Amino acid sequence: MRAISLAITILVFWLILSGHYTPFLVAIGVISVLAVVALSIRMGVLDAEGHPVHLLPAAVTYVPWLLWEILKSAWSVSKAILSPRLPISPTMTVVTASQRTNAGLATYANSITLTPGTITVGVRGNEFTVHALVREGADDVESGGMDQRVRQFEGGA
Amino acid sequence: MFIAATIAVLAALTLTVSRAILGPTVFDRVLAGNSVGTLAILLLAVVGFLTGRPEWLDIALTYALLNIIGTLAVLKFFRYGDLAYDDEDGA
Amino acid sequence: MQQIVDLLSWAFILLGAFFLITGAIGLIRMPDVYTRMHAASVIDTTGAGFLVLGLMLQAGLTLVTVKLLFILLIFYFTSPVVSHALAQAALAADVEPMLAEDRRSRGPAPPADTAKTSELP
Repeated sequence: MRAISLAITILVFWLILSGHYTPFLVAIGVISVLAVVALSIRMGVLDAEGHPVHLLPAAVTYVPWLLWEILKSAWSVSKAILSPRLPISPTMTVVTASQRTNAGLATYANSITLTPGTITVGVRGNEFTVHALVREGADDVESGGMDQRVRQFEGGA
Repeated sequence: MFIAATIAVLAALTLTVSRAILGPTVFDRVLAGNSVGTLAILLLAVVGFLTGRPEWLDIALTYALLNIIGTLAVLKFFRYGDLAYDDEDGA
Repeated sequence: MQQIVDLLSWAFILLGAFFLITGAIGLIRMPDVYTRMHAASVIDTTGAGFLVLGLMLQAGLTLVTVKLLFILLIFYFTSPVVSHALAQAALAADVEPMLAEDRRSRGPAPPADTAKTSELP
């Protein structure tokens, strides 16, 4: 099941990037797709972590929310950079993530890092060490709004 | 207008390259190097539009894929002094 | 209609250029590695995002737009990985962050469902 969806995904990827649709080139594409799928099955990476296609429906609502968060925090970081006094108060904090799956944990850690102003520095189990540019950023992460969102994201699929 | 975007990317590129030269630690340089890579990709895309040759985007795509691997390889090298280091013991 | 799209795309390109330069200035102004990473992440996410979005509107519905979308996707998936690896490597090499406040010693914050304030919109 996952193998078929992976094959379709990368076949579409090949067709889009190639842009030439002669029988010879398409045949080469199909052969490479089959080789890649066979290799991923052999390597054992074709599971819920390697090809998380089941998260796709939940991503439809999660990604726009994340982009909006990125925009908001990028704006506040830009203000801090451009203000003459450089009003930063770097803060390190530790937060507990409540996700159940590894894919969920990775999504949460990457979302924290992707938002400008906060970076996941260390991961130990489900405890993330987070570096924030300003104190309010650390407060935001500790309040757990994003944590809850990611839990909905991994659970809603 | 594409010229304005090109100039903006070049200005940002100048600043990041000067950070790469200033250092002071190796991590500053790696960070600046990664940003230089990002800006180079954007420069490729914008100049491709400027000259009306969108084929440059393929090069930009390849460069984007190489950028992360290059940065991670440099980081690994400076951490362990060896690109073939295998972190089996969880060190 | 074409003019509106044009105008919008120029606005996005200018916005992207603004964020690119802001991030680069931050890369110069910030005092240490960890704070510089925040500036670099402005370049990687918002600057690149808006610039590529503007270019996508210029290209219209063609193969070029799809390729630009792939570039953007690569940025958004790899940039946090690199930032995280960099921060971890710097911490492992004993580069001490300049901190205004260190909350590491007081233990992890309570998980989300017991926290009193929730930032959900």
